[in-house]
Amino acid sequence: MSGFIGIHLNGEAVQVQQGLCLEELVRERGHASNEVAVEVNRELIPRPARAEYSLQDEDRVEFVTLVGGG
Amino acid sequence: MEQWTDEPLRVAGIELQSRLLVGTGKYASLEQTEQALKLSGTQMVTVAIRRLDAGATEERCLMDVVREGGYHVLPNTAGCFDAESAVRTARLARDLLETDLIKLEVLGDPRTLLPDPVGTLAATEQLVGEGFKVMVYTSDDPRLAVHLADLGAASVMPAGSPIGSGRGVLNPTNVQLIMELVDVPVIVDAGVGTASDVAVAMELGAAGVLLNTGIAGARDPLLMARAMRAGCEAGRQAYLAGRIERRLYANASSPEEGLIEEAGPSSPTGEDLGKAPVGAS
Repeated sequence: MSGFIGIHLNGEAVQVQQGLCLEELVRERGHASNEVAVEVNRELIPRPARAEYSLQDEDRVEFVTLVGGG
Repeated sequence: MEQWTDEPLRVAGIELQSRLLVGTGKYASLEQTEQALKLSGTQMVTVAIRRLDAGATEERCLMDVVREGGYHVLPNTAGCFDAESAVRTARLARDLLETDLIKLEVLGDPRTLLPDPVGTLAATEQLVGEGFKVMVYTSDDPRLAVHLADLGAASVMPAGSPIGSGRGVLNPTNVQLIMELVDVPVIVDAGVGTASDVAVAMELGAAGVLLNTGIAGARDPLLMARAMRAGCEAGRQAYLAGRIERRLYANASSPEEGLIEEAGPSSPTGEDLGKAPVGAS
């Protein structure tokens, strides 16, 4: 089925709409923009650049946040 | 002198009145985390960076606790076993938390969690070059500490003993040598098991102590948070006050003059001690 691409989000295979930008993916997953930092293919995509980044097939996306730690 | 005030710990351009840096991991609940941090008196807390589960946002999260408490946030690269992962984690942390501060950890293996010196040096150089204020977790090797400081680390943080081991400062000589050899603040990080361990580190002259498990893993974390605070202050004051020298022989604290007449040579046998004083019935 065209119109969808396959990406890896935090290690899991996920289907998303073609042309979806990172900022939209963040929102679609139920996250506030400032509670997540994003990496694609091992490179940080800074918060202001998320809207300009259109997801590509096979992109490896990491969503991270802060947790308790020493 | 009713109140005694210390000069602040100046690290990475920040002034901290408390010399205790406290981690936010392993508490029983968010409420306990919040209370423990408050009772410890800390002003800088560490956090880790991990994958975010989809839609898992709780009503109140660690971010709220940290922000409402007014703490300086020191994100770590815990769990990174190579320089590249640590650098990537630091970049994510900066984007997430809008801070240049990073507690750099590049670990050698999961069993000891000892810092890997080669990866730590490489990541320090890279991150300093990218404008991070690197507070670097390291072994207690003095020459390695010098290299890290020369690369531009904001603080060198030698392990007292392995992370979470509770064994205290195993090599006080090395920690003291590090403080002699580097000009940046030396913060003893890891291995602190109880309040006296913090006091020992501070008495050596450490600029501060960073700990987590020592509080979070105690039977009563909130009481231990108070104890760690007191230990830190006691150790700091003792350091500034200047301890007495260690001696082999005793050194009487009461005057040696003006003693009453000594008993005869038979005294050590205790023969006279059984006699009732005159007038006793």
